[in-house]
Parts: sequence; structure tokens; C-alpha cells
Amino acid sequence: ATPTHLLLCSSKVFIQRHYSSGTICKFQTKFPSELESRIDEQQFEETIQTLNNLYAEAEKLGGKSYLEGCLASLTAYTIFLCMETHYEKVLKKIARYIKDQNEKIYAPRGLLLTDPIERGLRVVEITIFEDRSIGSGR
Amino acid sequence: MKNCEYQQIDPQALPTPTPTPQPHHGNDTEKKKEPRRPRRKWEVFPGKNRFYCDGRIIVARQSGVLPLTLGLILVTSGLFFIFDCPFLVKHLTSCIPVIGGVLFVFVLITLLQTSFTDPGILPRATPDEAADIEKQIDNTGNTSYRPPPRTKEVLINQQVVKLKYCFTCKMFRPPRTSHCSLCDNCVERFDHHCPWVGNCVGKRNYRFFYTFIVSLSFLTAFIFGCVTTHLALRAQGGKGLVFALQESPGRYPLVICFFSVWSILGLSGFHTYLVASNLTTNEDIKGSWSGKSGEDVTNPYSHKNIFINCCSVLCAPMPPSLIDRRGFLPADESAQTGSADIELPTLAAKSEINVVGAAFALQKSPSPVETSLPAVAPTQHLSAACC
Repeated sequence: ATPTHLLLCSSKVFIQRHYSSGTICKFQTKFPSELESRIDEQQFEETIQTLNNLYAEAEKLGGKSYLEGCLASLTAYTIFLCMETHYEKVLKKIARYIKDQNEKIYAPRGLLLTDPIERGLRVVEITIFEDRSIGSGR
Repeated sequence: MKNCEYQQIDPQALPTPTPTPQPHHGNDTEKKKEPRRPRRKWEVFPGKNRFYCDGRIIVARQSGVLPLTLGLILVTSGLFFIFDCPFLVKHLTSCIPVIGGVLFVFVLITLLQTSFTDPGILPRATPDEAADIEKQIDNTGNTSYRPPPRTKEVLINQQVVKLKYCFTCKMFRPPRTSHCSLCDNCVERFDHHCPWVGNCVGKRNYRFFYTFIVSLSFLTAFIFGCVTTHLALRAQGGKGLVFALQESPGRYPLVICFFSVWSILGLSGFHTYLVASNLTTNEDIKGSWSGKSGEDVTNPYSHKNIFINCCSVLCAPMPPSLIDRRGFLPADESAQTGSADIELPTLAAKSEINVVGAAFALQKSPSPVETSLPAVAPTQHLSAACC
């Protein structure tokens, strides 16, 4: 039987950035109290830790990125106009990961992760949906 | 406090905006029925910037002296190519215009890139984020009438760094971020606002700026050297230096280059020092890490190795633009002020919302709460109970 109406109330939790390692993109893994009734602490930490690892991969300084940077400077950085940068490739990976996490883990629990890139990489925004339909007795 | 704004949502009607009464929208819903051209985010950007090519190009509102910079470079190089090169090609080597040409192209491209690239602007906090931060600040237990402190201290590589709250952008600025008053934006790794290029220099365009001033130093020095050689050769030709100077308009590049080469070389040298120590102009001027106040402070961002510092500043992966200039605004523009449940009908195209809607539909079906009850009265009852 299909439901005819939904009544949703939402609140948001913001996971802030963690700056102890400098300016690299890293989010705090501290478990917010608002999520305690919704999801395992371990699951949450795993999601945030994976995101942090992906951002670290995007910003990694290594032989490959130096080579890319040097070649780019030789062309007066015009290759950035035609080539997808390493960072952009990892951002796509992150977007896929978040979509995957939302579908498998967060949506079934009434939560929604917003990709940090849509918030200027400042926060991981988690929307908590509460089902307030009649008789659900909250 | 939770943001409890209720809305009846008919799952079957999700793709289209629901016509049921929405008290917080008032009359606006009726106006939005007619098809509107989808607007891009740059059209509602709050900072003092101007956009061209449908958001592809971004410049500061005041273009500063960018036209003058461009003009000086074009005129000087033009005079060099027209008046000095033919003589030098004949008497020396034809490599000269080639080298000059390469340098000139390099300078122009990097200048335009510095001017037209987003320097690393941080988008302003959404109203929900701002409210969350305000709540956290007020929770620090300050009960006196004084406003609570708007700074946060973090430890970066064992160094205490103070993060300031930006009242315009409504967020705590990340480390090395500064708010540019000319552009009215917070810019990451803010170096300075350069009037010569008409833009801020920050994380994303510092490498373009550095390449610009270094290649400009080479170009200026090269033109200066070539013109001097040209005039010296002419003078040797028999009629003396004064006549040579009077004869050729090629003397104008000499004058311009003579006055500018020192300042440009000096600037390149200064920025090479900054790159090698992973500092910004802003930090250097303020003396953030020089230990003036007697404390033991070191630059926490430096890798303590000149080579690694240079690589991390100039060859690091190019960070993305955070302001998404060409992205489209959600169809319901008041989504900025509402909570997610208002966005739900209009953003139903997005996969996440569909999944959530579907998830709720799945959750709901086994439940005995089939909402055949009239929804209006219970809504009012519930909203009174919650808020």
C-alpha cells in the first residue's frame, strides 16, 4: 500500500573542519550527540575517516603532483583549461562515495549527507529527517 | 532548537511543486508557477566581483590599474618588436624575437590567468551553518553582558593559531584565510590584493601571479638588454650615442624598462623568499611568525625544507573553485531560508532526495498509519505541539 502523505521535520548537524594538521581538508571525527539514536558511532567515524583520506589523496604532494605542476607551469598553466586536474578527479570519487553512503547507510536511517564541496569544504552537513506523521508517536 | 517547519508532501506529486497551502511562502508560490529562466549562482553572488562569459571569468569590481599594466606591457613589447628586433636580427641573431616572443606570450597568459581566476574565495556560510555557529559561541557559558569572544584557538603543528570570526561571511575563517575588503570576500591563503592585476592573490592564483612576475622580470630585463645593445651598436656605427638615441623610437622601451626592471626584480626576489619559506605577504607584513612579541613562534605551515616549500606552493594539485559560479540555483530560490523539507518537492530530481523519499515510502508502507485522515487539522495540532 502506498502512503498518501509524509510529514517531515528536519534539523541539521554540522561537522566542522579539523585544523591540527594545517590547512589540508580534514573533518572532525567527534560523534555528534544528535546522531546517537540514529547511527553507530563506528559507522559515522568510518565515513568521516574515509572522506578525510580521500581529501588527503586529492591534496597529496608527491612525485606525480610535482610533475603535473611543473609541466603545467611550462605551458603557462594553459593545460588546466583542457585537462581535468588530479583534485577534480578525486572530487568526483568523493561525490560517488557520498552518494553510495547515502543510499546504503544514511537514507535508511533518515539521514542525508551533503557533499562538503557544496558548502565550500567548510562542513559536512548532515540533515536529520524526523517522521512526524500521525500516530508515529514520537 | 530544531527547525520544525511542517509540510505535507504527497510522494506521488514529488516531481511537481505541491499546490497545498504553504503558510511560509505566502503568495510567492503562485508567482513562481510561470516558467523562469534557470539562474546561475554567479548572478546572486554576494561579493563585490564582476563576472563575464556567463560566469567563466571573475574579476574584482575595481579593475584597478589592470588596463595600465596591459597597456604598458603591450606598448613596450610592441615597440621592441617593431623597432629593435629588425636591427638586432640583422646584426646579431634571429633568436632574439623568438625568445622575446615566448616571454611576451608567457607574461600575457599568466597575467590574464591571475586576473581572471578565482583566487580561492570561500563561499559565505548558509543561514543554517551561521545559526549553528552562533549557538556554539553562545554556549561557551558567557553570561555577562559583554559579547562572547569571536576567536577560536587551534593547535597546528604544535603552534597556537587564532581563528577569527568573519562577521560578513558568518563563519570562523580557516587558517591563513583573510577577508578582502575591496572584494568583500574571504580568500584562502590570502596573499594580497594586487591593483596591477585587478584581483586578489590567494591560494588558487598565487602560482599564476608568481610565474607572471618572474617571467615579467625576464622579459623586462631581456628588452632592456636588447635595446641597450641595439643603441650601443648604433652608436658604434659612427654617429655617436646621442644621435642613436634621438633616431630610434626604440629608446622608449629602454626608458620604461629602466624604471620598472628594478621594482619588478625586487618583487620577484621578495616573492621567491616567500615561496621558499611558505609565507604569505599578509603574514610577512603582520609579522605573524617572526616572533616580534618575544614568544617562540615558528611558521607552522613551513615544511622546513626550501625545495618542499617551493613545490607545495607552486606545484601542488590545483584546488577547485569553491564558489561554483556556473552552477544553477535551485528552482525554489527561497531554499536558502527554508529547511530541507521545503526543498524536497523541487529538488526531487536529485538522487539523494529521491532515495530519502523512497526510503521513507518504504518505511511507511508496513506501518499502520495510512494517512487517510484529513491532514490539515493534525498538522496544526502537531505544529503547535512541537514549536
